[in-house]
Amino acid sequence: MDFLRPASWEEALAAKAEHPTAVPIAGGTDVMVEINFDHRRPEYLMDLNRIGDLTEWEVGEDTVRLGASVPYTRIMENLDTELPGLALASHTVASPQIRNRGGVGGNLGTASPAGDAHPALLAAGAEVEVESVRGARRIPIDEFYTGVKRNALAPDELIRAVHVKKADGPQQFSKVGTRNAMVIAVCAFGLALHPETRTVRTGIGSAAPTPVRAKAAEEFLNAALEEGGFWDNGKIITPSVAKQFADLCSAACNPIDDVRGTASYRRHAVGVMARRTLTWTWESYRGTRRAAKGAA
Amino acid sequence: MAANGAPTKITQGSQTKGGIGESTLRPDGTLKVTGEFAYSSDMWHEDMLWGQILRSTVAHAEIVSIDTGEALAMPGVYAVMTYDDLPTDVRNYGLEIQDTPVLAHGKVRHHGEPVAIVAADHPETARRAAAKIKVEYRELPVITDEASATAPDAILVHENRDDHHIGHVPHPNIVHRQPIVRGNADEAAKRADVIVKGEYYFGMQDQAFLGPESGLAVPAEDGGVDLYIATQWLHSDLRQIAPVLGLPEDKVRMTLSGVGGAFGGREDLSMQIHACLLALRTGKPVKIVYNRFESFFGHVHRHPAKLHYEHGATKDGKLTHMKCRIVLDGGAYASASPAVVGNASSLSVGPYVIDDVDIEAIALYSNNPPCGAMRGFGAVQACFAYEAQMDKLAKKLGMDPVEFRQLNAMEQGTIMPTGQPVDSPAPVAELLRRVKAMPMPPERQWESSEGADVRQLPGGLSNTTHGEGVVRGVGYAVGIKNVGFSEGFDDYSTAKVRMEVINGEPVATVHTAMAEVGQGGVTVHAQIARTELGVTQVTIHPADTQVGSAGSTSASRQTYVTGGAVKNACELVREKVLEIGRRKFGSYHPAWATAELLLEGGKVVTDGGEVLSDLVDVLGDEAVEVEEEWRHRPTEAFDLRTGQGNGHVQYSFAAHRAVVEVDTELGLVKVIELACAQDVGKALNPLSVIGQIQGGTIQGMGIAVMEEIVVDPRTAKVRNPSFTDYLLPTILDTPTIPVDVLELADEHAPYGLRGIGEAPTLSSTPAVLAAIRNATGLALDRTPVRPEHLTGTA
Repeated sequence: MDFLRPASWEEALAAKAEHPTAVPIAGGTDVMVEINFDHRRPEYLMDLNRIGDLTEWEVGEDTVRLGASVPYTRIMENLDTELPGLALASHTVASPQIRNRGGVGGNLGTASPAGDAHPALLAAGAEVEVESVRGARRIPIDEFYTGVKRNALAPDELIRAVHVKKADGPQQFSKVGTRNAMVIAVCAFGLALHPETRTVRTGIGSAAPTPVRAKAAEEFLNAALEEGGFWDNGKIITPSVAKQFADLCSAACNPIDDVRGTASYRRHAVGVMARRTLTWTWESYRGTRRAAKGAA
Repeated sequence: MAANGAPTKITQGSQTKGGIGESTLRPDGTLKVTGEFAYSSDMWHEDMLWGQILRSTVAHAEIVSIDTGEALAMPGVYAVMTYDDLPTDVRNYGLEIQDTPVLAHGKVRHHGEPVAIVAADHPETARRAAAKIKVEYRELPVITDEASATAPDAILVHENRDDHHIGHVPHPNIVHRQPIVRGNADEAAKRADVIVKGEYYFGMQDQAFLGPESGLAVPAEDGGVDLYIATQWLHSDLRQIAPVLGLPEDKVRMTLSGVGGAFGGREDLSMQIHACLLALRTGKPVKIVYNRFESFFGHVHRHPAKLHYEHGATKDGKLTHMKCRIVLDGGAYASASPAVVGNASSLSVGPYVIDDVDIEAIALYSNNPPCGAMRGFGAVQACFAYEAQMDKLAKKLGMDPVEFRQLNAMEQGTIMPTGQPVDSPAPVAELLRRVKAMPMPPERQWESSEGADVRQLPGGLSNTTHGEGVVRGVGYAVGIKNVGFSEGFDDYSTAKVRMEVINGEPVATVHTAMAEVGQGGVTVHAQIARTELGVTQVTIHPADTQVGSAGSTSASRQTYVTGGAVKNACELVREKVLEIGRRKFGSYHPAWATAELLLEGGKVVTDGGEVLSDLVDVLGDEAVEVEEEWRHRPTEAFDLRTGQGNGHVQYSFAAHRAVVEVDTELGLVKVIELACAQDVGKALNPLSVIGQIQGGTIQGMGIAVMEEIVVDPRTAKVRNPSFTDYLLPTILDTPTIPVDVLELADEHAPYGLRGIGEAPTLSSTPAVLAAIRNATGLALDRTPVRPEHLTGTA
């Protein structure tokens, strides 16, 4: 195995162009496990840790540009206002040591359905900034996951950053694991309210071959909220609406039975999380509306 | 005994600082916490090679061929060995039955069985070379449960059994069977107003010690080998290793190296023989270290069990009878299965008085992973089932579950189902009273002015509930565990104690072969020596085979048995020291001849406290040394037909109250508190005692809610050999564990002590299960409980 250590982004792109089989490594959360278990023996390993730019973030007017290697700990500590869903998700990643090293770029590169960041990115709305010597492009998150542990990257491309929409409303993230910390997801759910566009977005993890949105559930809820004037009147969402939303989220799953849980449980749990996160975010939205009114 | 439960504290020994009863600190504690402790995997030797084991990828198959050519040709590879390269005719080993091949011969019987071994100059080279060995298998049908094991056309896991159990087992795929019949259960059942039956399943738990199997074998000039190894019983290893190597036992010199936990998983050999074979073959030191993946295949696990129970009771709450059948899956090799069967059957009644019982326990041979010793050893599985039964009975009778248990609790004088009287304190009802009397943790602890504190809720930081669906449950359980090796085993230990003056100070050296695996023996031995010999300085000699056997660090026995041996050797040393004193100074003071003399604070004193001499002056240049074996009371084998016999040495009792919060919609559990009360006889080191009780409690909680090796029933292959998917409790899963320690002396044991390490592992699991049942109203007849079992989505 050859170990490549590019000193700059340009060098990294050149190296990746020359050696498209090179496996990039930053925090090593996934890559080192695969190497240690001898599941993967890459010809080239490309260490991205010398490229300082990858661990930086910028808060813009509408979006946050999050470097691919910004550690989860930084996201939790510094971006919980702008990216509350992703910050909650970051908190559930592995252990403090791993959160100090791992970043969203790794989750995206591996594209495992169990990656904790995916539901939050899907719910918030994001674009993945990728680049090769041929040029840069942005891949909408909805088009990024193409199959089990496959993504839309070309062989010569590297993930540079992810552009996540700043929260314009409450966001939540829930994850089921069979212990109370340091656990891989049995399934996960992300939900974001977007009051500016009067839409709701979702993300489901570990309950389908790829991370997915529950689009039918979103459309149902968007229509129901609009129809009932909920965005304006700030009423409590009727239980039947919440239940229908939850059922549609369950229906969006295409899970498997595995050693971590049954397909039937995953479908059930996604529904419960959908209902709860909807309640939490909506309560929070109602609260901010009331607060805003009070201030006015 | 104190029937009212008031602890009868015993005071014995000297006033010397650091003696028994004090919470002296572990000598290795700081080193372990700071990462400086040298574990067996940290060893290094100049010129050393790395050994690697090739393991079977299938569970049951004939080996058609093994081609080692490509592996041998790899640069850096020094040796590749298979069954055909073994140096003597002794090619099997085993704790009781020598049925385990050092390397597979013609057949593999479980997933991960060693087939070939490699030595190379780099661990990665060794690993790659092993991967280049070509093994052709012809797969056989797998035996995975009782039905497949005893089917008319079942393949025999072991074709030509000649062990001492084959004569009394109903089928060659049954390792051992132990019935126990006492009274007349059928007749007694007629007196029952309620009868409760249950079928229970206990999953396969892993010891999951954090220091994986490892050791270093160094070939010696005399043709022998020095083996540095993490194990639980050096001399048991030695007895199995030497014949395979074709060496006399004195040419296999073993030294204990840093052990990172054991819990029963190091009773059997792992890489010991393999490292020695490669060292003797290559003439170079060979180190073998398993990684976590291999460790899951490299040691035996806790027997999974199916348990069928029937209990009856009168309407005033008195148990009438019990019938049970316990089927333990021993996997491919016998390991400790026969003894586990003995425990499961003889302790299947639990700490209750039932005169009429009909009991049967068996262990299967199957193609599942081999199972053997693990903390609790057969008693754990039974406790899970009989405690579930107690709750069902109490419910059916409309009684409080604790009161129902107390009404039927055994006490000193109760006759065990084996006919053996319990002849030391058995404060079962009192332990239950104590856990019940502890204050309850406050309700809805997660609520705060800032919103829900998810760390206090099921799911923790995964943020699955802010209180929705959360229901509290409370459950109780109590258990009984035997201490020491049972059924007539000659369960002795040996201690060598030396006393001499070094740099003007009396110093004792304690040398035993006791494996320190975390239980705290090294602390306790020094405390005993201080108490008995009145010295401050005690050196604990490294454990090795240059001294007699200490027996196993298992069965909660080491403080009792090796502690007893150290105490005994110290007493003999003290006699000799006093003899020297009398010889030197007897004429100066009449008390030398007339008074009861003690060694305290570095001096010889009378029982009235008068100082007769400094130890330094008594000893002068002389060193006093004694090596002596010590035995507890002998036990008897259980009758193979009736199960009668004085089989056990001592019993240990603990009770738990579990308080859980269950997210009933998501099936997630947060154990809030696990209160424990345990009788320890005498706490030689109270801090260590609390540590053992808390550790055992958590290990019991692990199998209640998360720990399980999952084996595919179609292939008998392990599906989760990693810490990603074999989940152990983290600190965020660990509840508050208030501990109430009773000290009711057992007059038969040194200092009145009681072995303590295992009892808390028994009752913890059923207490948690009872609490979850209490919260959910579900029957829950298997453990561990997973979310799908609580949500109807299994």
